[in-house]
Amino acid sequence: MSEHPDMLLSVKDLSKHFPITTGLLKRQVGAVKAVDGVSFDVVKGETLGVVGESGCGKTTTGRLITRLIEPTAGKVVFEGEDITHMSQSRLRPLRRDMQMIFQDPYSSLNPRHTVGTIVGAPFRIQGIKTEHGIKRAVQDILSLVGLNPEHYNRYPHEFSGGQRQRIGIARTLALKPKLIIADEPVSALDVSIQAQVVNLLEDLQNELGLTYVVIAHDLSVVRHISDRVAVMYLGKVVEIGGRKSLYSSPLHPYTNALLSAVPIPDPANRTGRERIRLQGDVPSPLNPPPACRFHTRCWKAQEVCKTVEPVLTELASGHQVACHFPENMPVLETTAPAENTTA
Amino acid sequence: MTVSPATDAFLELRDLRIHFPTDDGLVKSVDGLSYRLDRGKTLGIVGESGSGKSVTSLGVLGLHNRRNAQVSGEIWLDGLELVSAPEDVVRGLRGKKMAMIFQDPLSAMHPYYTIGNQIIEAYRIHNKVSKSVARKHAIDMLGRVGIPQPDRRVDDYPHEFSGGMRQRAMIAMALSCDPELLIADEPTTALDVTVQAQILDLMRDLQREFDSALIIITHDLGVVAELSDDILVMYGGKCIEYGSTDDIFYNPEHPYTWGLLGSMPRLDREPTDRLQPIKGTPPSLINVPPGCAFSPRCPYGSRTGGLSTGEVPELTESRGGHKVRCHMPPAERRSIWESDVKPMLETT
Repeated sequence: MSEHPDMLLSVKDLSKHFPITTGLLKRQVGAVKAVDGVSFDVVKGETLGVVGESGCGKTTTGRLITRLIEPTAGKVVFEGEDITHMSQSRLRPLRRDMQMIFQDPYSSLNPRHTVGTIVGAPFRIQGIKTEHGIKRAVQDILSLVGLNPEHYNRYPHEFSGGQRQRIGIARTLALKPKLIIADEPVSALDVSIQAQVVNLLEDLQNELGLTYVVIAHDLSVVRHISDRVAVMYLGKVVEIGGRKSLYSSPLHPYTNALLSAVPIPDPANRTGRERIRLQGDVPSPLNPPPACRFHTRCWKAQEVCKTVEPVLTELASGHQVACHFPENMPVLETTAPAENTTA
Repeated sequence: MTVSPATDAFLELRDLRIHFPTDDGLVKSVDGLSYRLDRGKTLGIVGESGSGKSVTSLGVLGLHNRRNAQVSGEIWLDGLELVSAPEDVVRGLRGKKMAMIFQDPLSAMHPYYTIGNQIIEAYRIHNKVSKSVARKHAIDMLGRVGIPQPDRRVDDYPHEFSGGMRQRAMIAMALSCDPELLIADEPTTALDVTVQAQILDLMRDLQREFDSALIIITHDLGVVAELSDDILVMYGGKCIEYGSTDDIFYNPEHPYTWGLLGSMPRLDREPTDRLQPIKGTPPSLINVPPGCAFSPRCPYGSRTGGLSTGEVPELTESRGGHKVRCHMPPAERRSIWESDVKPMLETT
C-alpha cells in the first residue's frame, strides 16, 4: 500500500500469541493466536471501526497499538516512528498523543479518587503545567464532555453509567491526544444513553480533529461512526473497506453473514428477508482452522479454502478482502468499468 | 384473598406492584402493571435498565423473597391467582407450567453439576420416571436445541460449553417439561450476532411447536421486532405504551418510544449524520419524578400545561388495543408523530 501523507498510525503484520504453559517448569504446550498478522493504516482525522465477534482479537489489537501488551511479531508505526520496541521511558511522552477509552465505566475509574483526581492524573503523570492550574484545565474538559464542572470533587459512584463514560472520555481528552482507541465505548450503556455518547464522540472529533479507532461488536453503531471498517475473524482482518461499500456490498461471506444476522427493528422485515444462517460457534483461537479460518462455517468453502490461505486483496477501490470466493462480485464486474478493480 | 373471577386469558397481570423497602427509601420497581397474554402469542417487554422489566418476570414466577419484597396485585395464570397462592403451589408450577430463560447462563447454572444432571433433576421433579428415561429425555432436548453430539455433551459441565451452547442448554432446561409459559430475560444479550440469530430462530420454532406463551424481555428493539406479536414499553416501573408490534413501530404515540427509536443507529436505513438521543438519564426508582416519570426528559412536556409534572397520567386506550400513558391528547400525539418525529427518523 502506498504511504499516505497524512498517515497517523500504521500497523503491519501485528501478532499476539498468548502462550499456554503447563507444569512447574511452565513448559509451553501451545499458544492462543489472539491476533495473527493484522495490518491496517489509519489516516489523520478519520474513524476506523473494528468489528468482530467475541474472541476475534479486536480488543487485543487495541491493546497492542497502545502497547499495553507487547506484540509477538509485527510493528506499529505511529506518526512515522516505529514504536513496537520503544522503551517505556521513551514511550511515555508519546502516550500523550495516544489514549484509550475503556468499555466498562465501572471498573475503569478508581472508586477512591474524585473526578478531579481522575481527570487531572494525566497532567500530573506527564508533568504538564497548565496556564491556570490543573483544576481549571480539568473543569474545562468536564464541561467539554457535557459534565458539570462543579462535579470536580465528587466520586465515581455518584454518577450514572453514561456520566461515568463521559468521565472516562474526559480523562482521555485531557492531554489533547491525536489518536483515541475506543474499546466498546458504548456497549455497557442503555440505548438512550448510547446515542448521547456516540454524538459526543462525533462532536469532539469535529471540534478537536481527533482520529479514532473504534472497537465494537455492534455493527450498526460502527456503521454510524466509522469512515472505514475492518472486520476481524479469529485474529485476522478478513475485510476492510470504506463504510459505504463494506455495508452495501460486503465482499467476504463472513461480513455478509454478520450483517444479515443483525435483527432489524422493523416488523416488515420479519418475512421476506433473506437470512444467512451460520452454523455453530466461532472455533477456538487455540486451534484455529488451517488456511482460511472461516472455512468451517462458510457455505461457499471448497477444497482450496482448506489448503491455501487467502490474502487481503483490493477488489474495489479501497476495499480489501481475504477470500477465495468473494461475494457480490458480479455487481462489481458489471457496474465498475475495468479501471480500479485490481490494484 | 382476591375474589376477582378468573379471566379467559392464559396469563393476566392486574395492577402488579413490587416494592422493595431499603434504607434509602421504598424502591418501586414495578408500580401498577397490567397486561394479558394468550397461548401461542409472544409479548415483547422493552425498557432500559431499571425500568422494572426483569423484576416483573421474576414476580410472575414467584421468585421474589417475600421478606424483602412487597408484592401486591394479581397474577392470573390459567385460572389460578399466584400472588396470594401459597409458596409450594407456585413451586409446583415452576418448571412445568412456567419456566424462565435467564440472561447469563453461566451464573444461572450450577457449576458443580453436569448439564445433564441439571435437566434431569427438573424433569424428574415433575415426571415420575426413572433416571435412565430422564437422561434419554435430556439428551433428546439437547439435540432439539442444536447441541452437537448430545449423548456425549450431556455429561459436560457448564464451563465446558461455549456461550452460545450454554444458552442453548438453558433453553433445553427451560423447555424440558413443556412449560406453557416461557419467560426469556435478555436471552441473547450476552451472545454474538451470528449465534443470536440461531437462538432467535430456535425460540421461534420451539414456540410454534409447543404453542406456549412467550414473554421476551430485552432492550434490543430489533429482537422484539422479529419475535413479538405485542410489545409493552416500560419506563420507571410502569407500562407507558402497549400495542401490537406494528403499532409500536409504525405508529408509536409515546415520546419515550419515539426517543428509543431515534436513539438507535439502524442498518436498514441510510446512515444518519446524528442520532437523536433522549436527553438526561433514566429516573431513580426511589425518587420518581412527580407526575409523569418521563417528564424531566420529555421534549413535549410543556404542551400539557403543567399536567405532566403535576399528575401521573393514566394508561388509556388510543385505538384498537393500543394503550398510551401520556397527558397529550391522542390526536395531538399522532400529529406530532406524523409531522415531526416520523419524517425525522426516516430522512435523517
